[in-house]
Amino acid sequence: MKRWLLPALLIAALVAAWQIAASSGTLADLLSLEDFLVPSPAEIAEALWQSRSLLAENAWVTLQEVLLGFGCALLAGVAFAVAMHLSETLRLAFQPLIVASQTIPIVVIAPILVVWFGFGIGPTLAIIALICFFPITVNTLDGLRSVDPEATKMMRTLDASRGQILRRVEAPSALPYFFSGAKIAVAVAVIGAVFGELAAPDSGLGALIFRDMNQLETARAFAAVAVLSAMAIVLFAILALAERRIVTWR
Amino acid sequence: MRQDTNMPTTETRDFAAGAASPAGENTAGAAVSIRGLAHSYAELRTIERLDLDVPAHGVLGLVGPSGCGKSTLLELIAGLQEPGRGEVEVGGAVDARGRLASCAFMPQRDMLLPWLSALDNAALGPRNRGVRRAEARRQAGQLFERFGLAGFERSAPAELSGGMRQRVAFLRTLIAGKPVLALDEPFASLDAITRAEMQEWLAGALATDPRTVVLVTHDVEEALYLCDRVAVLSARPAHVVDELSAPSPRSADRDEAVTHPEFVAARERAMRALHEGMR
Repeated sequence: MKRWLLPALLIAALVAAWQIAASSGTLADLLSLEDFLVPSPAEIAEALWQSRSLLAENAWVTLQEVLLGFGCALLAGVAFAVAMHLSETLRLAFQPLIVASQTIPIVVIAPILVVWFGFGIGPTLAIIALICFFPITVNTLDGLRSVDPEATKMMRTLDASRGQILRRVEAPSALPYFFSGAKIAVAVAVIGAVFGELAAPDSGLGALIFRDMNQLETARAFAAVAVLSAMAIVLFAILALAERRIVTWR
Repeated sequence: MRQDTNMPTTETRDFAAGAASPAGENTAGAAVSIRGLAHSYAELRTIERLDLDVPAHGVLGLVGPSGCGKSTLLELIAGLQEPGRGEVEVGGAVDARGRLASCAFMPQRDMLLPWLSALDNAALGPRNRGVRRAEARRQAGQLFERFGLAGFERSAPAELSGGMRQRVAFLRTLIAGKPVLALDEPFASLDAITRAEMQEWLAGALATDPRTVVLVTHDVEEALYLCDRVAVLSARPAHVVDELSAPSPRSADRDEAVTHPEFVAARERAMRALHEGMR
């Protein structure tokens, strides 16, 4: 109860404060802006309702991108983590490269990715996968390495093969770490989708926000941001739920 | 039937016989013999000129000051490490792989896997050898009944008391069906009363299911109560200061056994040897 009530109350209070500040014009005066640049929550809600089919259409595009990009990162991240765990050579070889992959200034190179992958879903997928890959790989690898060496010794004297130690001891130990990484990844995946869509504004919530800001449709842009946040929260909650169902021993 | 420890892989062993009695055929005695052992960890000499013999079904206790290399010695016997110098022979095998095939190792902490039930934890050995889950559970279930764990099969390790967890860990070691058990301070983490209970329980378990046992402990009384013979090791680099036979026969009742004058005398001799080894 408290778990839901507290954030709900906080959000309600913030929205109410914003509503009062925006509708009375204090916020616009304070920022020395025209009123239409500072939409109130009521105006945003109105835009949300009026443009619901447009928002839903674009949200569906963004959701597909996020799920596909996140899925690719999940497969690649786990595969890399396991390979780097099993082979010291691979770990030493890849570790600096994986860190380096995170230093790529995605916003800046996004247009180049568009040139490489063409317009459409390609560059956005590449960006999402790239930024999701890091937290998943690093966390899963840490999890695999977190196993008590005594447990490994015990398994070896119980005739366990390397694969059996991985399956029965290391993989379950790594699960909570993996979920932490996946939860971070799914939240940043949504940002990645927006970056991708800004570079190739075809469709999706990011593209819609970009267009609306240019056309001073601020209320609808904020509505799109709200949908984006909701998407991230729902995806995060799904992962948290899956974690609670799977990692029952914690 | 003597176990052939020279076989390269454990899969080739015949477990059909073991299925009828989970702790059966494969556990026919194997002796442990250590000759001129020396071992170093990096620059640190941990073991020096060490000789030890444990006959088949013998129970040897290793006591010594903390950090003297007792655990290393146990890992060398269990085939988890290769010795720097000298020879460690278990059931005729001198290579690490062969020793590993004959030894089951029980680490200091119980190391029960929290995602498995008590029964599945105990059944890990057979599962690793490719025994089907239902069959492995059946084997483990029989021992649960025999060793006072009936009713706790489905419990998660976190739901068990310290003593219970230690019992499950010991059964896991026993069910592995190895002739030699390497126990590393199995009861060190328990309170005094539970530890005394567990010592009685282990003595009973070994009486019904005899194995060759090497027990590392820092508790002289525990060693003398559970073992046939006790080797007192010196501080690093470890060598044998004194080797004594435990008073025999001992009363099954622990309190009675440890207060017997012969037992008290043996404990004093062991304590003297410990002090001597510290110098």
